[in-house]
Amino acid sequence: MSTTHATRTRRRTPDSHDYPTRHYDLVKEFVIALAIMTGLSLVLAGVFSSPDDKAISMASWAKADPADLVATATGELAGTTTSATYGAPYNDASEGQSVLGLKLQKWGGVGIPINSADLVLQPLRAVSGDAQLANALQQWDALSADQQTTRATAYADALAKAPDGDPAQVSQGSYGPVPALTTSFLGLASSGGLEGSLTSSATFYGSDQTRAMLLLSDGAYLEDQAVADHLGGDQWGMMNEVGNYPGQPWMWLYTFWYQVKPFSTSENADTQVWALMMLLTVGLILVPWIPGVRSIPRLIPVHRLIWRQHYRRKR
Amino acid sequence: MSASPEEHDRSWTVAVRNRVSGLVPPGQVLPDQQPAYVASWIYVFGVATLAALVVVVGSGVVLAMGGAAWWHTSSFGHFVNSVHLWSVELFFAAMVIHLWGKFWMAAWRGNRGLTWATGVVSFVASIGAAFTGYLVQSNFDSQWISGEAKDGINSIGIGGFFNVLNPGQMLLWHVTLLPVAVGIITVMHVVLVRRHGVVPPLDDEREEVAR
Repeated sequence: MSTTHATRTRRRTPDSHDYPTRHYDLVKEFVIALAIMTGLSLVLAGVFSSPDDKAISMASWAKADPADLVATATGELAGTTTSATYGAPYNDASEGQSVLGLKLQKWGGVGIPINSADLVLQPLRAVSGDAQLANALQQWDALSADQQTTRATAYADALAKAPDGDPAQVSQGSYGPVPALTTSFLGLASSGGLEGSLTSSATFYGSDQTRAMLLLSDGAYLEDQAVADHLGGDQWGMMNEVGNYPGQPWMWLYTFWYQVKPFSTSENADTQVWALMMLLTVGLILVPWIPGVRSIPRLIPVHRLIWRQHYRRKR
Repeated sequence: MSASPEEHDRSWTVAVRNRVSGLVPPGQVLPDQQPAYVASWIYVFGVATLAALVVVVGSGVVLAMGGAAWWHTSSFGHFVNSVHLWSVELFFAAMVIHLWGKFWMAAWRGNRGLTWATGVVSFVASIGAAFTGYLVQSNFDSQWISGEAKDGINSIGIGGFFNVLNPGQMLLWHVTLLPVAVGIITVMHVVLVRRHGVVPPLDDEREEVAR
């Protein structure tokens, strides 16, 4: 029985050491490159400096937009804020985002358990010498969980209807101790004591801003400031910095997906964009082994420009 | 008393020495000759990337010595921060040009696939390192960027371990774990470049029969 072996041709890349050589001073090239990069960095730093807009403090938030701070605190008590309904890793209030049926967010688990009401109540409980506040806290604790939610939600609705959300212009209603609690919370924030209470209440060395950042992000003030500085999510915000600084242009593709459908309107945009970027990254790593993609440089002959001297010599 | 041949063969030290010394062909660690086809400005951007990385690390070390908040209160600290920022911008600019250059050269040919892969991984690790840098500025930018980034990180289930809202954790990632990762991958990449040499020009390949 005869056997036919199929034959095909393949390209064999020649050994680079078989080519004629020329003198090349690698160390000198590196030293020159280092000098140029150092010089360029110094000049750019001297001319353009770097942005350093002060962080928003709770006191500056309370002063600039007290209505937003009160509405946010009320939302935390009502359990209606973004962090209260977030899901993992803060709580199990929702399943979180998923992609292709994979509930990655939920599977990550509640690694940083946070009760949104505690973002308001815990700092208030640390205040001493305020009889009115102590009374309001006592009233709050005496309510059932349903009553607490009902009172806080009613107050949140009333704030939303008040002119400019002004707590002073809220119509009469059954809000229980919620107005007193949020008023005290506004006072605590204005005094500058809120950050410390949220970040270092359990430890002398507070270096974790998670709770303070969740509270700040639950409000509208932070986003308003960011949008005014063209940093919104639909303004390529993740890769930008304040002012005209370049930010992180290398993240353009990641940010790009958020600007276009279906991602711009998807409730699972974050997981979808991550999944897509992981896929593209793996694809980039595997370019040498992907038929078709690895042949692009042959089809679009940019290399004729790069090695033009070599090709000229060959001719 | 000298070691017997059996002891020599079993020596871990000898095995590691042989492995390390065989990584790069003799004379190719720092060669003073290169193939004649290495004659284009595009080749400059690999070494420019390395040079910028040195400036990034150097300015970062000075910032680290001053402490996390030093640059907010010291004009010199602010200048060093600016050098750090702009050297990072230059580093990425050089790296992206280098990457595109290597793509159009199809520089993965001739068993250089791992060289390409380590370069891409180095690029990705550098993005992570730079990203954590933006998170630890302790200013408005880091507030906003961390607030936005948490949704992406949390959505893939790693927010409980990699908490972008915790600047203490992010600072340590930024100054230790990620630079070490970038450094190790970069060293691997450079060793692979020296091991295989600079990829020969496209169209110089020989056709051969393969079964």
